[in-house]
Amino acid sequence: MGVITKTVRAGLLATVCGVSLLAVSAPGAYATGMPQLDFANPLVTGQVMWGAIIFFVFYLVLSKAMLPGVARVLHDRSQRITGDLEVARSAKQDADKAVAELQQARKDAMAEAQAHLQKVLDEEHRAAEQQMQEINARLASEIADAEKNVAAEKARALSALKEIAADTTQALVQRLTGVAPDAQLVAQSVESASAHRSII
Amino acid sequence: MAGGSSINVLEQFELHPVLGGLGEALRFSQSPLYMIAAVCLVLAFLYFGMRPAAVVPGRLQAAAEVCYEFIHNMAVDTIGPEGAAFFPFIFTLFFFILAGNYIGLLPFSFTFTSHIAVTFAMAFMVFLLTVVVSLKVQGLRFFAHFMPDGASPFLAPLLIPIEILSFLSRPVSLSIRLFANMVAGHVMFDIFASFVVMLAGFGVVGDVFAIGPIAINVALMALELLVGVLQAYVFAILTCIYLREAVAH
Repeated sequence: MGVITKTVRAGLLATVCGVSLLAVSAPGAYATGMPQLDFANPLVTGQVMWGAIIFFVFYLVLSKAMLPGVARVLHDRSQRITGDLEVARSAKQDADKAVAELQQARKDAMAEAQAHLQKVLDEEHRAAEQQMQEINARLASEIADAEKNVAAEKARALSALKEIAADTTQALVQRLTGVAPDAQLVAQSVESASAHRSII
Repeated sequence: MAGGSSINVLEQFELHPVLGGLGEALRFSQSPLYMIAAVCLVLAFLYFGMRPAAVVPGRLQAAAEVCYEFIHNMAVDTIGPEGAAFFPFIFTLFFFILAGNYIGLLPFSFTFTSHIAVTFAMAFMVFLLTVVVSLKVQGLRFFAHFMPDGASPFLAPLLIPIEILSFLSRPVSLSIRLFANMVAGHVMFDIFASFVVMLAGFGVVGDVFAIGPIAINVALMALELLVGVLQAYVFAILTCIYLREAVAH
């Protein structure tokens, strides 16, 4: 870049010198109707010399002072815009991160709540089952007790049955024979008869 | 002027020394004066435009920045990355011509771009610059461009003179294009304006018919505003194209 800039400057300088020389040493040309082609007029060639000087000064002022100023303003602006965009981008990233965190937290909380609910439900379930088992056990024991009572009642009834049978037999025999039979014997007979029939 | 046949449309291009004897001695005519005016106008525009140096530009600053970016993009897009080094030169060239063309459109002013001496000096400056840059960047390979690649060697005696001629004719076409456009525009202005003056000699009827040439001059002014920026652009873009060839390896 530097080389080219130097070349441009050197070329311009050379051109200005060359054009000025050309202007000063321009041969007097033929005069025609057009004032522009009247090269004998020193004013026509003079404007080349002046033009070269003015153009060179214009170039110097623009390239040294004016255009770098414009470039600086444009550069500052583009940098500021880039900086602001960077800030906005990082802010957006932060916001995105915060949103993601929030969502994660919500998801975690939901999972926790679900787990808690599940646990409570399980406990409740288990408690209900246990209660049910307890009730079942109690019922079973009550049933067992009741069955025992029934069995006892039955045994008692059955044992009473022999007595009744013996009494009945004694009464029957007394009514039939008019003689009171020996209680021992009757009991024995009833016993053997019942054993024979195997009621109990 | 009102003397009918004595109207001379080329009179407007005549140069007169400024400040009498001093101007005559220094060869200082109104042409350099208008160059200075044009340069001052552009510099003032840039100075007052960019003085706020605001991040959010006002109208004048935005206009100055648009001018800067327009030429900068043209230079860099056309010439390539090396174009940034030539940008101040292209900017100077474009705005020197543009301001000259536009300042010449003001009534009673002078158009220095209507002088072949001025336009040829600028075109020759561009030509010399391209030759110097070419030799600097490409060295002696620069001369190889006068023989197109892939052309038959038997055509060389024909092609090389043509290429050299077309290369040498660049400053001529560049300068005559701008000069002729400016001269033609201002001659047309003068011709139609002189019609108005001539018609004024015919009384009321002439006054009514004079509306025609005045309307044409108004339309011509619009055209010249276009031509003024277009010729400056053409001059600048052609310079860019020549410089691109110069910096191409």
